[in-house]
Order: sequence, then C-alpha cells, then structure tokens
Amino acid sequence: MPPRTIRGMLKNKLVLVGILSLFLSFIFLFLFSNFFLFALFLIIFIILLVYNFIKVSRKLYDALGTRLMLLATVSVIFLFFLLLLILINGSINILSDQSLSDLIFSSTWKPFSGKFGLFAVIVDTLIVTAISMVIAVPISLLSAIYIAEYAPKKFRNIVRPFIDVLAGVPSVVFGLCALLVFVPLVRDDIAPFFGSNISSGFSLFTASLILSIMVFPIIISLCLESFNSVPIALKEASLSLGATKWETVKKVIFRAAGPGVLAAIFLGFGRAFGETIAVSMVIGNQELIPKSLFGPGQTLASLIASNYTEVSSIPILASALIFVALILFVVVLIFNLLGYFVLQRASKRWKY
Amino acid sequence: MNKSNTIQIETKTLNVTIHNNPVLKNIDIQIPAKQLTAIIGPSGCGKTTLLKSFNRLLEIQDGIKIQGEIVVDGINIMSSGLNVPDIRKKMGLISQKPYPLPMSIFENVAYGLRIHHDKNAKELAEAVQNCLQEVGLWNEVKDRMHDPASRLSVGQQQRLCLARAIAVQPEVILCDEPTSALDPIAAQQIEKLLLKLKKDFTVILVTHTLRQAKRVADHVIFLYFGKVIEQGPAAEFFNNPKNPETKAYLAGEIS
Amino acid sequence: MNRRNLEEKIFLGLMLASVFIVMGSLILIVTVIVLNGAPSLSIEILTQTSEGGFYLGAGGGFLNAIVGSLLLALPATGLAFLIGIAIALYLQKDFLKPGIANFIRICLDILWGVPSVVYGVFCLTIMIAIGMTGGSLLFGIIALTLLEIPIITRSIDESIKMVPSGLKESAYSLGSSKFETAAKVVRRQAMPGIIAGVLLGFGRGIGDAASILLTVGDSNYFPSSISDQTAALPTMILNLVSMPDQVVQNKAYAVAFVLLMIVLLISIITRYLTKKSSKYIIK
Repeated sequence: MPPRTIRGMLKNKLVLVGILSLFLSFIFLFLFSNFFLFALFLIIFIILLVYNFIKVSRKLYDALGTRLMLLATVSVIFLFFLLLLILINGSINILSDQSLSDLIFSSTWKPFSGKFGLFAVIVDTLIVTAISMVIAVPISLLSAIYIAEYAPKKFRNIVRPFIDVLAGVPSVVFGLCALLVFVPLVRDDIAPFFGSNISSGFSLFTASLILSIMVFPIIISLCLESFNSVPIALKEASLSLGATKWETVKKVIFRAAGPGVLAAIFLGFGRAFGETIAVSMVIGNQELIPKSLFGPGQTLASLIASNYTEVSSIPILASALIFVALILFVVVLIFNLLGYFVLQRASKRWKY
Repeated sequence: MNKSNTIQIETKTLNVTIHNNPVLKNIDIQIPAKQLTAIIGPSGCGKTTLLKSFNRLLEIQDGIKIQGEIVVDGINIMSSGLNVPDIRKKMGLISQKPYPLPMSIFENVAYGLRIHHDKNAKELAEAVQNCLQEVGLWNEVKDRMHDPASRLSVGQQQRLCLARAIAVQPEVILCDEPTSALDPIAAQQIEKLLLKLKKDFTVILVTHTLRQAKRVADHVIFLYFGKVIEQGPAAEFFNNPKNPETKAYLAGEIS
Repeated sequence: MNRRNLEEKIFLGLMLASVFIVMGSLILIVTVIVLNGAPSLSIEILTQTSEGGFYLGAGGGFLNAIVGSLLLALPATGLAFLIGIAIALYLQKDFLKPGIANFIRICLDILWGVPSVVYGVFCLTIMIAIGMTGGSLLFGIIALTLLEIPIITRSIDESIKMVPSGLKESAYSLGSSKFETAAKVVRRQAMPGIIAGVLLGFGRGIGDAASILLTVGDSNYFPSSISDQTAALPTMILNLVSMPDQVVQNKAYAVAFVLLMIVLLISIITRYLTKKSSKYIIK
C-alpha cells in the first residue's frame, strides 16, 4: 500500500523527485526563461503525478494494467493476421501479372526479363531440407537418448549447457564455418569420392550439411527436455518387468515423450526450411534444377537474400519476393498446425 | 506360518548412501518365501530404498552407493557380471501411484510377455486374459482392451499394474505403499489380491499404516532411521514386541 | 536373450557414434571461428569505425557495427519484453479462458517458427510502400521486435505455467486482485524464466542476419538518428566475406569471433542471473 501520511510520502523517493522537478521547472521558467527545460521538468512532474495517482487508486491501477495486458495480447493476434495480410497484399502484383501455375511450375527465374518461375527453387528447397533432416533427426535423437538416459552425470552436466549455447549461435557464424571448412571439403574430397569432379563446393549438399549441424542443438535440447519430464516411476515400471534399458527407451520413453520429440523434429524442420543466411553463403545461388547434389542451387529463403538488392530497379521483383515470403509463412503455418493436431491426438491418447 | 520356511531374500550388512547421506545402515534381514512380509516404519526411514535395492532399481538414480550383499535364491545379486534385467524379471514392482505404460490396456499386460516369451497372438491373448482375471479386472475391461490404460480409474490402474507384474511370472512382488493413492474400496481390493497372491508369490509390502500391516502381514520388518529395529513373525511382533522402540511405535508414541 | 543384449549393444554403439558426431561438429564450428577470428582481433579493430567504403572494408575497425547491433537489439529486446510479459501474464487462466489462451499460444508458436527473413520482407514491404529506400535503424528495430516477441512471450509463458496454483491462491486469499497477483507474485516467482526468456530473445536478436539484412542497409558511421542506415555485426560479416581480398575476409572472422563471444557472454549471464534470481523462488 502506498504511504498515507505526509512524512511517509516524503520518504518515497519518487514523490521527492516529483516535487523537485516541479520546483526546477519553475526555476527554469522564471529565472532562466528556458522554455524547453521548463517543459521537460513539467512533463516529468506530470508523469510522476499520474503514476502516483494510479498507485494510490488500486482500482484504476488494476483496470489500467489489465487493459494494457489485453491490448498487448490483442495486438499480437492482430500482428499475426497483419503479417499474412501484408504478404498477400504484396503478392497480388505478381499474381495478377503471371498465373500461379506459371510461378510454381516454370523453372526460369530471370528477374531482368520478367520471368519468375520458382519450380527449380522449390525442388532445391525440398532436397536440401529433406537431406538435412535425414542426417539430423536420427543423429540428434540417438544423442539425446544417450545424454538423457545413459551418460554419466558429469558428462551430462558439461554437455547440456554446451548444447544450449550452440542452439543460440547466430546462423551467420555457422555459415562462415561452412564456407571455411565444408566448401573445400565437399569440393576436394566428398564430391570426387562420389564421382563428381567439377563441383565448386558451393552445393546443395554443403548447404544440407551445415543445416543439419545447425539443427542438432535445437532437436537435442528440446528432446532432452521431454525425456527428462518422463516420470522416473514409468522407467522403473518397465525395468522391473525385466526390460533392458534400450527396450525401455524404445517402447516406453519414446512413447511417453513422443509428443515432445515430434515437436522438436517439427521445429528443426522449420529451422532448416526457413534458414536464409547460412544457406545463401554456401549453396551457390543459382536457380537451377540440380543435376547432382554437388551442383549449385537456391532455396526459397536464400532466393530472397540474394535478390533483395535489385528490388529498387525491378519493381515487380519485390512482389515476387513477397510471394516467396508468403510461401515460407504458409508452409510454416501448415506444419505448425499439423504438428499441433498430431500432438493433441497423441497426448490425449498416451498421457501418463 | 509352518509352510516352508525357506528364505527368499536375505541381506547381509547392506549399506546404502544417497549423495553421501547414509539411508540404510547395516541391514540384515531375511524374507521368507511365499509369505507376505510387511516393511513398516515412519516415512523417510528408508523403506522404499530397501525395497528398490532388491531388484537393483536404486542404481538408476544419481549419487547412490550400495555396499553389502543381497542374496536372492542363493545368488548375491550385487555381484558383477549378472544380467540385471533377469534379476528384475524375478521381481514385479507395484509403485505408490499406479504408472500404466503409455499404451493400451492389452499392451500393458502383454509388454513383459512380448519381451520374455515368443508367443503367438492367440497364446498372448490367453495369457493376458489369465492375468487380468487373476486380478479381477477382466470383466471390467474385456470390451475395451485397446483403450489407453490411462482412461481407467486409479484403482483399476493399480490392479492393471499388478496384472502386468504377474504376467512375467516373477517370484517376488514388491509393493511400495500400493494403496496410499487409492480410495478405501479400491485399497481393500488390492489388499485382498495381495493376500490371494501370496500363495504363489513372495509378497513384500511397504506400508506406513500399522493397521494394514496387522491385517495382512505374516512377517514384519520394522525400520527406524535406516536401521532394522526388529523383525519376526507378525503375531509375535504385534503381541509381544521385544524392543522398547517397537513398543513405542506400536503404541503410537513415536512416528 | 542373446539377441536382446546384442540389440542393446548395437544401439549403444550408434548412440555413442551420434554423440561423437554432434559434439565433434559443434566443437569444430567453435574452434574454426576462434582460430580464424582471434588472431585478426586487435584493440584498433574494436575501437575504430569502418573505413574504405562498402566494397572494400579493409581499413578501420568495426566499432560502428558493434554499436549498431546494440542499438538494434537493445530497443527491440526492451519493446519485445514489455509486450511479451504483458501477454504472458494475460495468458494465465485467471484472465483468459484456456481455449482462447491456447489459440494465442498456437499463433505465437507459429510466429516463433516463421523464418526471420519473412519479418525482413514484411518490413521491406512497408518500407517500399512508404517510399523509403536503403533501410533504416527504425525498421531494423521493428523487424527484430517482431522476431523476438514470440520467443520472449512463450519462454515467459512456460515459466509462468510452472507457478504453483497454491501460490496464486494464497495471494488471492490475502486480498490481492488478479492484476496485483500477476504483477507482483507470479512475476516474481517466474523471474528466472523471465530473465532466461529475455536473454534468449536478445541473443537471437543480436545474431539474426536475415531480418536486418533487408532493413538496415549499411554505413561506416554511428547512426545519428532513427532513420539513418546502420551497420550491424551479422550483416557486416556477410559484406566482408563476399570480398575477394584475404585481409577483408580475416576481418569477417574477427567480427564472427566477437559475435560468438557475445552469444557466449549472454549465456553465461543468463546462468548467473537465473541462479541469483531463484533466491526467492518457492519450490
């Protein structure tokens, strides 16, 4: 409760500052005729007055606070639809210029001659995302199981913070590493090993490789969380029936933590699918249907990064890029909803 | 009481520490076969720890150190080189709160059978039915065998856990306060079941209600602050306790 | 019997191999950046602004990028925090029906999953619509705020969910209103989660390149107003590394090293603060 007596009020520092600023504002007005400083201190005084008034009147404080919270909540929903609306509105230009099937099923992307076929880019995106997930999912899941269920405590205590830190490393840093290590590696060793000698190293495969590494910490840390939330008694129940550790993991823990694991995979997918910078640094940025995994390509996200500088010279290109962003948004939307419904079903059926 | 007096489980100077705090101190007990042994004592005295040391479940937690011998059927289960799942298979565990596995009712009971025996579908179904009949659950669930086990009531879940445990044909059933989360009627059902099961299994019941121990136990072990104060046949223990601490506990003076 | 043990062994082997791959590749990333970045680092490079124009970049340091990144990420994190904590508190069942709250949570999760480049495009669209070219600090802040709101809100929300309902009940039984309970009791109990969420958002904000690449442009100087173009650490790496000159590229590694250190520092601060702020937590 705010203080009621005069002395109590004077003890309150904010009240003191308020009185001081009122005093100062008059000094500046009458002694120095400095109108700016007068206004500044007067504003401070008024703010403090209002603040104190609100503090004193609990009802108002409550109502105002609740309204502000409501406002923020409504505005984020508004933001969600505004985002969708602006992206759709921005895409209208390109969609009225060219048919949707032309955009999606033609593979010539030549902004300067007005050709915006996205087919090759979509194919590349699917390939890169698929390969990176095929590498990342099994490796991450196996590692997460080891860390959660098998590893000695000391190892776990070192690894967990390390994984958490790496989940926060900016993608541009990953991209730089890929440029330094993986591009030469693919060019000199991996591509020749698979019999393609002319690879520059900037390739779909390089992009997939760095994406899978970027996805590791995300999937692992989320999986660890859901493995750890499986009650220990459930493990005991399975073990006391004579199941081995692996049988317990496979049949009980995976099932109990299933929704969380699935959510982790979906999130990893979203990250791989929408990653822009790291991919654009190593994929070679050419809108071609790939002849081999070791040739250059372009994903939807990296297309935006490598074309945005031209939007001022080709107005319709902006609309095309907005359309690409809309595709990214809608795919993420669909995947999230899909994940949500799968989770709902699974957790309703197998809650413990 | 004059059934066979063979000893199923015996511990020799068993010491357990959790994060360097001694929890069990020099435990020497004998648990007779095919009888119901109650482990009693106030909460936090190490009853559950003792129970879980019998099937080596303690060691899955961090910071546990176990010393001493636990002899089951003449074999020291603490010695190295044993196959731990085999030890655990011999002992079913019923926990305080029922934890059905995240599967259907049928799969819960079939879980252990699938692991340990190669049975065809028909044999499996029969075995599951037998186990469920044994615990009196069959008539209640026979029409919804493939529903998630989590949809059963808590009392039914606990009986399902019992069925799941006896499905793998253990020798011992370890019960960790199996009725504490249940309503009185469900608790009574479980108690009756335990009395029935002790014909075929050695039942070890951890409980902190004295009355329950009096009702069902053949043999009693009294633990107090990690030490065995007194053990012996139930009639003798309750009617003629030797140790002053036991007397005090039975009279309700310490808890 | 034998088959079961064999299966256990095989999978244990696979798990160990996976852990080795994961840890190996992640350690490789860190080592590469540290080995390449640390030697190029010097006091001059940290305390001078860039020189030599957009396409050269060999001269000078990158203080302007550090300042630019802070000017982008700090206000964005502040804004996102104010909005985020209001939403997170409002999502409790004391204020909103669980159905509506869950709908909002789904929206936030989708926004969290939206690639950051989409936020960049969103701001770029608005910039084109109002006829602004080249980028500005303001739109960078907006893009980062949008990016951080779902992260901060959902992290805070998750930690508020953990607040035991008994704690709220005891606050109510002392006569607190819903808002007072949320703003004084629940907030305090959720403090470690709030700190972790805010720093997580800050880390994402300061490191994200895709959203600001499209919105802030580039500059060799400190921005003097909110409508100025500005340099930032992630975009500077991109600009520098695309130059053929080795000296310029080395500078990119130095910038990446600094960025990595900032992320590391944030996570250390997070650990320290969450530990410190859990002092008053009722368990």
